[in-house]
Amino acid sequence: MSQEAEAIAIEHLRHDTERRAASEKTLFGFWVYLMTDCVLFASLFATYAVLHHNTFGGPSGKQIFDMPYVLTETLLLLTSSFTCGLGVLSARRRDKRLVLVLFGITLLLGASFLGMELSEFRNLALAGNSWRRSGFLSSYFTLVGTHGLHIAIGLLWMAVMMVRVKRGHLSDNMVKRLTLLSLFWHFLDVIWIFIFTIVYLMGALGV
Amino acid sequence: MNEDTDIIRSQRRPGRGAFITYVTGYLLSLYLTLTSYLLVTRHMGTAWTMVWLIVGLALVQFWVQLMFFLHLGQETRPRWRLLIFSFMTLVVLILVFGSLWIMTNLNYRMMGSPEKIKQYMQSQVGL
Repeated sequence: MSQEAEAIAIEHLRHDTERRAASEKTLFGFWVYLMTDCVLFASLFATYAVLHHNTFGGPSGKQIFDMPYVLTETLLLLTSSFTCGLGVLSARRRDKRLVLVLFGITLLLGASFLGMELSEFRNLALAGNSWRRSGFLSSYFTLVGTHGLHIAIGLLWMAVMMVRVKRGHLSDNMVKRLTLLSLFWHFLDVIWIFIFTIVYLMGALGV
Repeated sequence: MNEDTDIIRSQRRPGRGAFITYVTGYLLSLYLTLTSYLLVTRHMGTAWTMVWLIVGLALVQFWVQLMFFLHLGQETRPRWRLLIFSFMTLVVLILVFGSLWIMTNLNYRMMGSPEKIKQYMQSQVGL
């Protein structure tokens, strides 16, 4: 190898390392955001835990939760988290077609989840059990609704990313952004584990 | 020099291992979710036993998703992500259990319900 070629190769390698360090920093910053979001959810969980017995003569969780319906929602979200992870793997392999397919599936599953949740909210409100009914329902709608809002934002982000992937090519920067999106999406599934257990399963047990 | 570059390139390309990680995480989460669901819907014991079981299963699933989906275990030193995660856990525990503690205490001091307070006040009228 000539000296010049070697110098170029070293320069390349240095550039690569620097870019990876910058990318690591972004990932860490995003991780810090996710952890602070956990604190937001924790305060909503605490509110729910304090208020969930205060039904004010209205229905308790046991009376209004439709368990098979909630299980379907849970499985949709869990599967979307899985396909999202596979999507990032294919992005790191620079397989553009597979990225679009996998994130497309994730988008569909996530949208179905959000649709099911909104229809659940609508049915509750139509039956007279809106957030105005009792302390329990206020805290329920706030907690589950905040998660739903995060899902909606995630879906919007995903749709924008898919358009950009479709139009452009999978640059390192795009892969980094898809990785951040997948972190966000996995995080929402992690929050849902606790909503499923604490709100729905414990609600069905009547404790 | 070329070899070095190749090594770096190969590190960035995920192998079969990464794929298997996601499949394992998914199957474990699926299994844990269905187990807690069946425990609750089939009434496999007293309510409080079930609560402890499903909370345990939720924590296991939390760990599974952290490791297999969020890759918290694959971080190299210094483990900043683990550090801030631990701090978040501390804040969450203080927030949730602190609120429950204070509110239960308050409830106890308020004697549980307005009716009981009224009763108490009436019983003290003679004093």
